[in-house]
Amino acid sequence: MNMTLTREKESPAIGVENVGSAALTEKVYETSNLNLWYGENHALKNINLDMHQNEVTAIIGPSGCGKSTYIKTLNRMIELVPDVKTTGQIKYRNRNILDQSYKVEDLRTQVGMVFQKPNPFPKSIYENVVYGPKIHGIKNKKILDEIVEKSLKGAAIWDEVKDRLHENAYGLSGGQQQRLCLARCLAIEPDVILMDEPTSALDPISTLKIEELVQELKKDFSIIIVTHNMQQAARISDRTAFFLNGEVIEYSDTNTIFSNPNDKRTEDYITGRFG
Amino acid sequence: MELRKTEMYSVQEMILEKKRKKKVNMEKIIPKLLFLTAAISVFTTIGIILTLIFETFIFFDRVSIVEFFTEAKWLPFASTPSFGIMPLIVGTLKITVIAAVVAVPVGLATAIFLSEYASEKTRRIIKPILEVLAGIPTIVYGFFALTFVTPVLRDLFPSLDMFNALSPGIVVGIMIMPMIASLSEDALVSVPKSIREGAYALGATKLETTIKVVLPAAISGIMASIVLALSRAIGETMIVSVAGGSTPNMSMDVTSSIQTMTAYIVQVSSGDAGYGTTIYYSIYAVGMTLFVFTLIMNLLAQFISRKFREEY
Repeated sequence: MNMTLTREKESPAIGVENVGSAALTEKVYETSNLNLWYGENHALKNINLDMHQNEVTAIIGPSGCGKSTYIKTLNRMIELVPDVKTTGQIKYRNRNILDQSYKVEDLRTQVGMVFQKPNPFPKSIYENVVYGPKIHGIKNKKILDEIVEKSLKGAAIWDEVKDRLHENAYGLSGGQQQRLCLARCLAIEPDVILMDEPTSALDPISTLKIEELVQELKKDFSIIIVTHNMQQAARISDRTAFFLNGEVIEYSDTNTIFSNPNDKRTEDYITGRFG
Repeated sequence: MELRKTEMYSVQEMILEKKRKKKVNMEKIIPKLLFLTAAISVFTTIGIILTLIFETFIFFDRVSIVEFFTEAKWLPFASTPSFGIMPLIVGTLKITVIAAVVAVPVGLATAIFLSEYASEKTRRIIKPILEVLAGIPTIVYGFFALTFVTPVLRDLFPSLDMFNALSPGIVVGIMIMPMIASLSEDALVSVPKSIREGAYALGATKLETTIKVVLPAAISGIMASIVLALSRAIGETMIVSVAGGSTPNMSMDVTSSIQTMTAYIVQVSSGDAGYGTTIYYSIYAVGMTLFVFTLIMNLLAQFISRKFREEY
């Protein structure tokens, strides 16, 4: 898996093709002049980024660079932090989500999220997956059963849990819990999936499974992933944005970032000179 | 080593010297002292239970245990006395049920408000007030029931007796409400933020998150708080003695005078019966019954919080 991916990335022909197709795909997110403050702390500075449909966009950077803050702004989870102020625009499918008339529940129904640490509900595996569809009014038992199977299959965990759907989700391993959280997110069939360092709490094998899944899922979803693991970004993403001190230093297709970065700071970071 | 010998003193030697001098080993004595103080509470509990058991046995020597639990009349002062505890249990349960009806919804709603909705500022005002409410002496609650709540209720329902189950029941509910609110709030607050975020990220509203995720996640703590609070209601004495009356009866009517197990014990121990009489021993039998009730409730609370504990 690892090897083939690396080879693909190194192959110039595919690289060119990637750029070509990427330019044609539709934009899901257009961020322009986004600034964000936590109280007095200017955490995001004049961010301009576009994200594309059916692509994996990776956001990398050292701790405290604002990458998590930025991804949480994309589904407005950032509003749970008290005393946050934003200026600028984030357009999701051509509508500014920072406009308070945009109902945050509608946005989050379209844009799912997987968190840093697995956070299943203290309920059964089944109940975890149907929670989303249920709160959005789907009550038909047969449909719910189908959603559970489809979502768990989508998150590549169906075979492991199909015989114990009604057991508590906390009996699962960390990696399984994270894939369950992904299934929970898939259950409402979102348009975009945000992943905030989804593998940082997982072992290498679970990490690999999530990475394979991301590759699989981008056929149907647009994925934005924050990671502190540069190899992960190189392996799985189509485009990479490098954040530093709340600014986007460089954003281009992943091949360019990792093989021929424009900015000295990007090069220093990806070669491990800091961060 | 050479270097050390040339010096004026050696730290190692000083430490060894100090160790030789030490005669009493505090490290061994202090834990024993601490154990003894902890044992005091255990011995007190055992002592109380033994007293209860011994005196209860003397009572059952004079009155059959079958009569005690099956007889429907509690008339200890009659010329042919009757000792059936059921009327006292019914009185106690009436108070407990009324208290639960008042305290559970109000306490739970308060807990949800405090943990999920209140701003830090509001919480800082409400929590101390709840604590004051929990700290009011029960005799004060008793007179509040008798001189304020009862008259107000009698304005609304003129058929209400001066002594009744309704008024002290409501006031006992007010008394245990802070306990439910505070313990349930602790249970709600301890539900991790990450779980709430998981719900919000699926497009759940605050209410959907609270009702369908946070509340079920905290249910064991909430149930335990309710059971513990009801155990307090069962054992509550002053309020029911002052405002409940002293008429043991089996009726389900809440508007007329009642007597609870605790109120009977107060009545007898405040001077109605001499030492050694059957009536004197009856308070131990009633006390024992009460103790079994509250013990079961406390064990139940522990069982619930252990059995349904969520591992986050």
